[in-house]
Amino acid sequence: MTEDRAATRGDDAMRVLASTMDAPEFTSTSFNKLGKPLAECRVAIVTSASLHRPDQDRFVQGDTGFRAFDRDDRNLIMGHWSPNFDHSGFQLDLNVVYPIDRLQELADDGVIGEVAPRHFAFAGNQPDTVSEIRLDTGPQCAVQLNADAVDVVLLTPV
Amino acid sequence: MSTLAHVFEDAGIATIVLASMADVAKKVGPPRVLACEFPLGRPLGKPGDAAFQHQVLRQAFNLLEADEPIFEHFPEVVESDEMPMACSLPPRDDPNAPPAVDEARGLISAYRRAVERKGVTAVGRAIEPEQIPAALDTLHQWAQGAAWKDVELPGKNTVAVCHDIRAYYLEAALELVGDLAPGSRSFDAWFYEVTEAGKTILEARRSLKTQEAPFPFWFYMVAGHLE
Repeated sequence: MTEDRAATRGDDAMRVLASTMDAPEFTSTSFNKLGKPLAECRVAIVTSASLHRPDQDRFVQGDTGFRAFDRDDRNLIMGHWSPNFDHSGFQLDLNVVYPIDRLQELADDGVIGEVAPRHFAFAGNQPDTVSEIRLDTGPQCAVQLNADAVDVVLLTPV
Repeated sequence: MSTLAHVFEDAGIATIVLASMADVAKKVGPPRVLACEFPLGRPLGKPGDAAFQHQVLRQAFNLLEADEPIFEHFPEVVESDEMPMACSLPPRDDPNAPPAVDEARGLISAYRRAVERKGVTAVGRAIEPEQIPAALDTLHQWAQGAAWKDVELPGKNTVAVCHDIRAYYLEAALELVGDLAPGSRSFDAWFYEVTEAGKTILEARRSLKTQEAPFPFWFYMVAGHLE
């Protein structure tokens, strides 16, 4: 019965659309095996949900940059420009996008070593080639992750 | 996300991608993927369900045990819920105002309570909360056939203004329904099918298309699959 209603099948439509779009190609796949137990690793989250604090610059349309925030920050705004997905989940519980409290619980339980001091957000709606992120802002973010001695990055898409 | 995984691995950092779109992740091919068929916008699946989120994270971190690139599916699918949420709307107050304008004015108290409680708001890309009724007034005029070049929209950027209106309604509505958390598309279904604001945005968008306004000016005002 829902097929006749205007707002239905949004996720299906997006998944079909995305599967037909060009995607960047990589001729090789780097693969880093952990050199120590996860229980000794420092873990950071990087999300494409366009999260930012109120005092930071908003993401503009076509923004290829990233924002860094502290592990204690919870007053985050989802500044994503795509109207194609649900925003209510994040409003209800930021962990469904940015599982920072879950990560702290894993650190408290000794599953991971430590929650990284900073976490990062990019904008998820990018040109198909994502060349700016691949060649410029992504490597810049990697420098900052390495400066924070991060061992593992969990990437959460929006 | 999958592209960033390649970049970070190149820099010596181990990565795990929680992929919402398995087909895209397969094409881009980062070394560790947990494909999760969850509603888009909810990569951990279920808001407010810490146990479920931990299940996802446990399987994700287990991928670090593999000695070579690995692609797994999370076994549980979370379906999107596309029935309109149940949320009462304010009664008509000013019969001379367009319905959407009147409606938005009536939601300001709920919106302010939400901001007070959360300490943060997504409204403000292009307009302030107090400008929402004025923006809806312009959209109402466009919907009625007024030429978009003749009636200026507060905030000017149609896409940003529509985000602001949607965020204003989302924050107010969640305040009104309390613990009755909506499913993933329930808010959107309610907004576009039930509220005057959502219906006005859709009508204004159709009018802009008919007026042959520039494509980016109207298309991205709402989700691409909406007419």
